[in-house]
Amino acid sequence: MAETPTVIHEKQFLRIKFVLERLCVESAARVVCLVDRDGQPIAFHGDIGDMDTTSFSSLAAGNVAATSSMARLIGEKTFPTVSHEGERDSLYMCVIGRSLLVVIYDDRSTLGLVKLRTKRASYDVASILDEIQLDSERHRTEQNSFFAEITDEDIDSLFA
Amino acid sequence: MTFINYASREINCKIVYYGPGLCGKTTNLQYIYDSTAPQAKGKLISLATETDRTLFFDFMPLELGTVRGFKTRFHLYTVPGQVYYDASRKLILKGVDGIVFVADSQEERMDANIESLYNLEENLVSQGYELNQIPYVLQLNKRDLPNVISVEELTGELQKKGESVYEAVASKGIGVFDTLKAVAKQVLTELRKG
Repeated sequence: MAETPTVIHEKQFLRIKFVLERLCVESAARVVCLVDRDGQPIAFHGDIGDMDTTSFSSLAAGNVAATSSMARLIGEKTFPTVSHEGERDSLYMCVIGRSLLVVIYDDRSTLGLVKLRTKRASYDVASILDEIQLDSERHRTEQNSFFAEITDEDIDSLFA
Repeated sequence: MTFINYASREINCKIVYYGPGLCGKTTNLQYIYDSTAPQAKGKLISLATETDRTLFFDFMPLELGTVRGFKTRFHLYTVPGQVYYDASRKLILKGVDGIVFVADSQEERMDANIESLYNLEENLVSQGYELNQIPYVLQLNKRDLPNVISVEELTGELQKKGESVYEAVASKGIGVFDTLKAVAKQVLTELRKG
């Protein structure tokens, strides 16, 4: 495998959800989500409706990846935050290690408030993500990992 | 990088279709999209130029089913094939779990295949990966065209590590699912190894 798989346990997931929920209320946002920098959705909270969260995650990661590369081309290490302002809804994305904290807000909030509240939430998210990273490393070294029990038949059954 | 979520009981993996410009990477994805039941797929997102050349990437999520209670979802990406989009290609390789190299079987595209394969190896190294360490499948596309190079010759030239080779006509769906199945299986087998 190219990299250690990231394993999120239920307890950690619920803690992430709690942080997102609080950020959503405090920043008067419409949706708050956490996305892996490779484009995998981790958790969403808020007025999601029929939003395609999988595609959104992939595009958010692509967007941040592109702007980070642009940063390097002009001599910056990275752009730790990216914001897009629309007529009705706006986006604010904040890089936290290997993840992105994304806030979608409308005219009930402001960029200033979103930035302020996201900063605090980002510390909480970072600490949970650090724990997930450590757990994932441990998971990889566990001999009796759940995934070691996957059989060839299990894999074949997916393609039957 | 594989993502395993015990709360939602999901396994998410990333597969990238690589290859020279116009070799049929997007056509592979389009065929998979068109032939998959609506409940098993998300939207096919294409970040393309006005002339339908991939500018950044194509993307579609595909749900294959359940392994031991875990939903397995593959995120399929293509890279832009044109030489000058190299910065985008590097970005898309980040976090990759499996790669399909789509080769264009036409004689006049042989140099482009070799150049793209070399570029893949180089970009993998720049992202901290090794082609030898990553699930990888070679697809020989456009086998229905008149001016194709023989399978033996293409394999001899492009096969890097004894990987599975699939003949394909992506526009008609021939070989498309065999290729996907082969790389997905390798990814899951790697996951099992831990």
